[in-house]
Amino acid sequence: MELLLSIIIGFMIIGAIYALHANDLLSALMAAGIVGYSLVICFLLLKAPDLAIVQIVVETITLIYMVAIVLNSSRKELDKGKRRNAFLNISIAVLVAFALVYYFQLAIVNLDVLGEHAPRMAKAYMDGAAEKTGSANLVTGVLFDFRGYDTLGEATILFTAAVGVLTILRIKGRKEKA
Amino acid sequence: MEGMSNIVKKVTQLISGLIFMYGLYIITHGHLTPGGGFAGGAIVAGAFILLILAFGSKALNLKKEENATSVTESSAILIVIILAAIGMAAGGAVFFNNYLPLGRVGELISAGVIPLYNIFIGMEVAAALLTIFLAFVIYKEEVLK
Repeated sequence: MELLLSIIIGFMIIGAIYALHANDLLSALMAAGIVGYSLVICFLLLKAPDLAIVQIVVETITLIYMVAIVLNSSRKELDKGKRRNAFLNISIAVLVAFALVYYFQLAIVNLDVLGEHAPRMAKAYMDGAAEKTGSANLVTGVLFDFRGYDTLGEATILFTAAVGVLTILRIKGRKEKA
Repeated sequence: MEGMSNIVKKVTQLISGLIFMYGLYIITHGHLTPGGGFAGGAIVAGAFILLILAFGSKALNLKKEENATSVTESSAILIVIILAAIGMAAGGAVFFNNYLPLGRVGELISAGVIPLYNIFIGMEVAAALLTIFLAFVIYKEEVLK
């Protein structure tokens, strides 16, 4: 289980690095798709079907958006190769990576084995949640009853995104009508 | 945007209705099986996006569609907030209070207001994703001629 997850996460890291360095934007999008769809497999392995459904659908739709936009504009990445301060950037990145690895291995001693991790708060949610919310699906019960504010915030983010896209893209159409 | 070949159009005619129905199923059974408003709404939006991609932008009246989705999205999130505020008025002074009778766990009509939240969040997500897609398509049609 841990080995399988590690292999998939390794694939995700390779895909992300390739997406950063690809010259063709379409292949960068394909590499970003590797990251998203591998995350779906991770969610399925960790027994989170709700998240897996949301992730696979949203990943597909956003990939369609981005492919459509890339095909209609430039496929080449612009202004590449003008990197100043390369030595400084690389040394800062290496330093941060070493610091992260050091503190992670300090913290990893205190974690439980994968799968046996049950924080105190989760137990309080799980005990009798079906009776409290009346919902057979515990995830929906938590999302819409205990954590209603989170769901409202997510919906508000989508609303704001739609309003922002309309504001930016529809200026010309609205002006002609007026 | 041009439509695709006849094969794609025929397959789209056959399966887009099924995708739409599956999205509705995911939304309405959100409190029983995995899924919920977000997943189901995204699937419903995907059915419409498939239709637009396959048949091209000439087949549909995009501006009318965009007005409709924009209004649907705004009213759906308004209804969610009103439902939550009614919970505050109905007792307990708690936002997002579950004030309807809970019913038996596992039945379709149970869990109080959670199915209503699922339905309206699903409407909101579907309409918002579709609005963004339609805005891109109309921008391409109008500005990038």
